[in-house]
Amino acid sequence: MVTTPTSTSPPIAVTTARLERRWRRSRDTVILLVFSAPLLIFLALPLLALIVRAAPVDLLANLFDPDVAQAIWLSMATTTTTLLLTLVLGTPVAFLLARRRFRGRAALDTLIDLPIVLPPLVAGIALLLAFGRRGLLGQQFSVMGIDIAFTRIAVVMAQLFVAAPFFVKAATAGFANVDREIEYAAALDGASSFQVFRLITIPLSGAALLAGAIMTWARALGEFGATIIFAGNFPGRTQTMPLAIYLGFELELNRALTLSAILLLASFLVLFIVKVLLRQRLQVWGQ
Amino acid sequence: METLKHWSLLALALLLTGCSLPGPAAKGAAADRLIVFAAASLTDPFQELAAQFEAANSGVDVVFNFAGSQQLAQQLAQGAAVDLFASANDYQMGAAIDAGRVISGTQRVFAGNKLVVITPVGSPTSLNTLQDLATPGVKIVLAARNVPVGDYALMFLKKAATSSQFGAGYDQAVLANVVSYEENVKAVLSKVVLGEADAGVVYSSDVPPALLDKVQRIEIPERLNALATYPIAIVADAPNSALAQRFLKFVLSPEGQAVLAHYGLIPVRE
Repeated sequence: MVTTPTSTSPPIAVTTARLERRWRRSRDTVILLVFSAPLLIFLALPLLALIVRAAPVDLLANLFDPDVAQAIWLSMATTTTTLLLTLVLGTPVAFLLARRRFRGRAALDTLIDLPIVLPPLVAGIALLLAFGRRGLLGQQFSVMGIDIAFTRIAVVMAQLFVAAPFFVKAATAGFANVDREIEYAAALDGASSFQVFRLITIPLSGAALLAGAIMTWARALGEFGATIIFAGNFPGRTQTMPLAIYLGFELELNRALTLSAILLLASFLVLFIVKVLLRQRLQVWGQ
Repeated sequence: METLKHWSLLALALLLTGCSLPGPAAKGAAADRLIVFAAASLTDPFQELAAQFEAANSGVDVVFNFAGSQQLAQQLAQGAAVDLFASANDYQMGAAIDAGRVISGTQRVFAGNKLVVITPVGSPTSLNTLQDLATPGVKIVLAARNVPVGDYALMFLKKAATSSQFGAGYDQAVLANVVSYEENVKAVLSKVVLGEADAGVVYSSDVPPALLDKVQRIEIPERLNALATYPIAIVADAPNSALAQRFLKFVLSPEGQAVLAHYGLIPVRE
């Protein structure tokens, strides 16, 4: 908070000093903007070109194209499933990493980092070698009559593999930053471990959890490489928006453009709304 | 950009992701250096041809740029210094002619290619005939419609459906078994090699002898098959046209044609 001066007319020297400070600050802002401009323009221009190129009329017309609609629906359904699975399966891992010190913790932490740095194509091959029909576990699944490859399950698994670590990383940091004193106080007052977790830990790390969940969702939405290798490409079954964009690019550029624009607008909107919400909540918590 | 198990498959992966090597830039090439632009599907047979050619002509160095034919034609149009251009189809040879790099009429067909159905060795579902592809529950992968080989595969199915051997519903029955439309032919191959799919349709040349312990071929009769032809031409302003002429002669010779046939290409009948 900026405190406004309460004293009456400060001495001239103080005023000029403040003016000078203010001038220097705005000069620095200008310099900062000049040096920030290249990257900002570089990032914004291609996205802008995409929006400009996809004419709104075409966009609307293509929106009702069955293949396009199918891809959008499939992307929404699979990314939502991926997100829910990440929350359920990722939260215990994040809590373990944040609150326990044990042998091999660093290795575990690195394991979580790996899918983030691996090329998605490698993730796809690895998934195939593990869960494919002739893979490590796939053979057992195959005997039970469960085939994973080329199904929606494979789409979700590919997304989970590459996207879940984003939530786990954010949640680990969030849990680690919660003031333990408050948790102890709640426990002393008779709260069970689960009550402490639900009523203290989760709300206090809420911002980090939300940010992590959003990153996971966004990464899942854009997932391409692991999906096309592990789940293949079949319209309506495994052809998510990124796959439809890639395959449409060579055949029907307009359709690819429509999907790209929708992907871009949807991602921007969700990220933006969440950030605004996040800021408000943080301010509420701050007070 | 493209896609791959096993060490043998890793090599495949490199082939897929590694798109193309930059064309040799050296203009004033040595007198005994031959620069060949060749379609990616010719990688293995042409490397063997070059090894034999170099062994027979000491001091000669054959330099390759393997890539998609459309990419090679584009590089030619942009003025790359090349002696020989071998394309996977007439269309891209035509592009090189339009660009003025190849003189129309100088190109020659040196090989053909055809479709073949492949199935993984040791597959639980036994697929032995083309008719088996229509059995419900068989998992088939094809290349996408916009990939040439995917389009050829659809043409084969349509032709088969008009034949009494297969029956009118054949193409629909097979298409109902398709689980994935892959982005390129090598991706179809890897899914079958890995045993993820029960069958796939690829070019004959995509199944070199080395792969026959992993996949089985089911031949498609010639009247139902879509046949592709490969033209080759000496570039109009070839830095080393005399050597190019000798290599071309070798490719068309019985020894050269035998190498191409060994790698699954169809030799041209003289």
